[in-house]
This record gives sequence, structure tokens and C-alpha cells, in this order.
Amino acid sequence: MKYLYYPGCSLESTGKPYDVSVRTVFKLLGFELEEIADWNCCGATAYMSVKETVALSISARVLALAEKIGGEIIAPCSSCYTILSKTNRDLKANPELEELVKEALDAGGLTYNGTVSVRHPLDVLVNDIGIELITAKAVRSLHGLKTANYYGCQLVRPEKGFDDREFPTSMDNLFASLGAENVYFPAKVRCCGGMLMTTFTEVGLKLNHDILQRAKENAADVILTTCPMCHINLEGYQSEINKKFHTNFNMPIVYFTQLLGWALGAGMEEVGMELNLIPIEHRVVGGVVTR
Amino acid sequence: MMEGDRVAFKLSTPGVLPKSERKLREEFLSQLELVPGGEKIKSCIQCGTCTGSCPVSYVMDISPREVIARFRIGDIESILKSRTIWVCASCYACTTRCPSGIRITDILYAMKRTAIEEGIFPSRFPVYTMSEGFVKNVNRYGRNHEMGLLVSFYLRTSPLKLLKMLPLGWRLFKRKRISFTPMKIKRLDQIKSIVAKAESQVMPSEKASIMVASTVGYGSTTEVKQRAAGAAQGGAK
Repeated sequence: MKYLYYPGCSLESTGKPYDVSVRTVFKLLGFELEEIADWNCCGATAYMSVKETVALSISARVLALAEKIGGEIIAPCSSCYTILSKTNRDLKANPELEELVKEALDAGGLTYNGTVSVRHPLDVLVNDIGIELITAKAVRSLHGLKTANYYGCQLVRPEKGFDDREFPTSMDNLFASLGAENVYFPAKVRCCGGMLMTTFTEVGLKLNHDILQRAKENAADVILTTCPMCHINLEGYQSEINKKFHTNFNMPIVYFTQLLGWALGAGMEEVGMELNLIPIEHRVVGGVVTR
Repeated sequence: MMEGDRVAFKLSTPGVLPKSERKLREEFLSQLELVPGGEKIKSCIQCGTCTGSCPVSYVMDISPREVIARFRIGDIESILKSRTIWVCASCYACTTRCPSGIRITDILYAMKRTAIEEGIFPSRFPVYTMSEGFVKNVNRYGRNHEMGLLVSFYLRTSPLKLLKMLPLGWRLFKRKRISFTPMKIKRLDQIKSIVAKAESQVMPSEKASIMVASTVGYGSTTEVKQRAAGAAQGGAK
């Protein structure tokens, strides 16, 4: 199966480290990612609040482009992943709506027959490529590193997807097999608030404080994320959280693909580690046995 | 931002919907038609699992459970005027846990769309300003330009906050995680014709003229339509 890469808008700017590391991980594992040429924004949750047919048509364009090439979409951003999957689901569930979206796409000279599946890289890595192959290819052990594996909300919800909606374990299994210790992390599917950080800042800060607190009190060295929204909220606003809640968090927030790529032998810059705001290097290099 | 007391509930004649309420109900039910399984709103048992699961219910003026209770007694107006529908971060915790299978998040979306449609929100309201800016951005470039969106958002809502964001902006800029120029897609014309077409479309539920029972209750559009077609047994329930 061919993997069609859909980075999404965030991965072009604030989510750059995610983009870099996803590409590296797949390359190191010997899988080719083909970027969908001329992809557009999925519409995100903001678009869903306006007219629904417009929102669905926009994301259906991405699906239509992918269908033309043939293959499965890999969408690393949880929001893109949710929206594109939702579009697939809604079109199937509501034939009337599907008809309208088809008409809209037709106006742009495109067609979509509903055959493209949308996948998250975590799903593909754990369930297609497999933990066995990944551990076989790993050249560094993560032994001694304590990770808080943060899945966030839109990766595992609303529909039952590739993992449990309340207690997902795929990331835990992956990193445990690479030698890391998964700390007890009750906030693993708590919501980071997404755009609330901008629209209702007070609320956003509290939600992220709670997540950081759970990680810290369980002695995590790092929080691993799967979504650019969670990443920027937890990372970029840590100093503001510290000010507001009188805490002293200095928790590195790292995309799971960054740490995975490093374990697979990539250099720090190949996984964009230097692009993170809170450095993890000393913890990894210092505490981990390299082979 | 966080002020605002609970919205007072007013229903003049018990059991009968005021005219304004009927209009809102009509609008909302047509939005609800688009929610797969929207009908399930009827099977709410008021257990409150949604409210208990919600990470932001502590700042809501009407809890998710109460949203459904208020809808049930014919008080949509206060829901539309509430902070609740705007503060929902769509994390779907409620939807996942609802024992009756009600898609609460999607119902709140339907409420939000109704409020936008009816123009019920304060001017320069952050959530709406953000959505609006986002949509403009995407229609113009085909992709979202994060920095452009945030700068215009803060300029329109609170320019002071923009200054507060500068340190973070600088740290991200140093790491090349901010782009000043938007990425424009090549086939912008294609997006434009798709959007134009979709905007001109009449939604499925808008096709039939929707009649809503003037009595308090659930009164789904499909039911009302059926009744109108004479398919249902006589007598309003």
C-alpha cells in the first residue's frame, strides 16, 4: 500500500519538527511517503462552525486528490486526521450530503468515490509496520528515559479507531519496546483545549497546567505528543503557566516521531530536535545507553 | 471575558413555545438534521455523564446535561446566548461516554451554527472572530497561514495581547517555526469554484419547508414532516 503524506498547515510552520521527524522515521524504516501535490487545508474545527457543505467539500478535495493518486492518507495532525475521517464518515452516512459534495467537487473538476482511508502515523507504525520491525531496526535504546505518552483527544475520539478511546496503549507499547519507561499518566487522553488557548486563554492555561502537573508528579522526563496543537500549547505556554500557577515546569515536549527517529539512529537535527523550545538532549544523551 | 451570570429562563405560557423560540427551534432542528443520529437527543436520561466528563464544564454557564434539558423544555434561546457552545473544545469526551449514544459535541456544533446563522453573539467575539479569520485565510490561500491568522485575530480582539505574544513569537521565529509569507496553493481557482458551488447549495434539510410543532417537546423535523404527509397516526403527541 502506498502512503500518501498529508502534512497539513501546522506542520509547515509551528509543527515543523513533526514534519521533519515523520519524514525521517518513514525513510529510516524503508517506507516511501508521497506528499499529496497541491494539498489544501482540511478546514479544521473552525470551518465546521460555518456552513457544513463548504467544510466537507474543502476536505473532500484532499480526499479526491489522494484517490486520483491511489493509496492511504497519512495525516500526522490529530485535527486533520479527525476532520478527514469525519468527512469520509459523514459522506457515507448521508447520501444527500454526499451528492452535494460531489456537485461541489465537480465544479472544480474533481470526483471522489469514497475509497481513500485516512490513517494516523502512530496507527501505521504500530499496526502496519509493526513494533517488531521497529525494534529490530532500532540502534539506540531508550533505557532510562521516563516518558509520559500523551495522545490527546482527537486522535482517539470520537469514533472507535485504531486504539481505545479512554485508555489507548499503542504509543506505550511502542516506546516500552524501545526501552523507555512509561510513567503512569492519567491525563493521556485529556484535552489540551486546542484553540481555546487563543480564544479563552484562562481555560487553555488551566487545561495544560493539569496535563503538565500529571506528568511531573509521576516523574516523567518528557511528554510525547501526537498533535501539533497539543505540542504548541504544552510547550509554548509553559512559562505563562508557570507564572500563573506558581509552578516551575521545564518539561520537554517532544513529538513521538522525534524520539522514535532518534532511537532508529537519526541525528538530533534529522528529527528536528533543535527546533523544540525546551531542550531534551541532555536527558536523552545523558541517561540513555547508546549501542 | 469570564463574567456573565446564568441566563435566566423565561417561558410565558407553560407548554407553549413563544414565537421567537419557535423560529430558533426551526433553525436548530434543521441544523440537527445534519448530525448523524441527531434523533438520539430524545433518549437522554439526564445522568450527567457528559458534564462530569467535560474538561471545560467548570466554565460553562449551562452544563452539557442542562443544554439538553433546556432544549427539551423549549428554551433554545438561553442556550444560544450561553458561553457553553463557544467554550466547547470538541474533545468528544462526552460523546464517547454518553450511555444513550447522543453525539453531544455535534449537537453543540449545531447550536453554534444556529447562533451564527441567527447572529446571536457579541461583536468581536473571540471564537467567531477566529473562525471567520480562519475561513477567510483558507479561501484566500488554500491553506491556513498561522501567523497571519493570529496577528489579525489579536488586532481585532485585543491588540495588547499581541504584544504579550511577541516573546513566544520570537522564540518560534528563531527556530524557523513561523513563516511570514503564506503558502499559496497552485490550484486556488479550483478551491474557489468548489467553495462557491458549496456555498450556493441548499442544504438537504432546507429543501423541505420545515414545520415545527408549536408545543414543547422534541418535535424532530422528520417526525413533523411525516405527520404532515399524513403518514403518522392522528393526534399530536
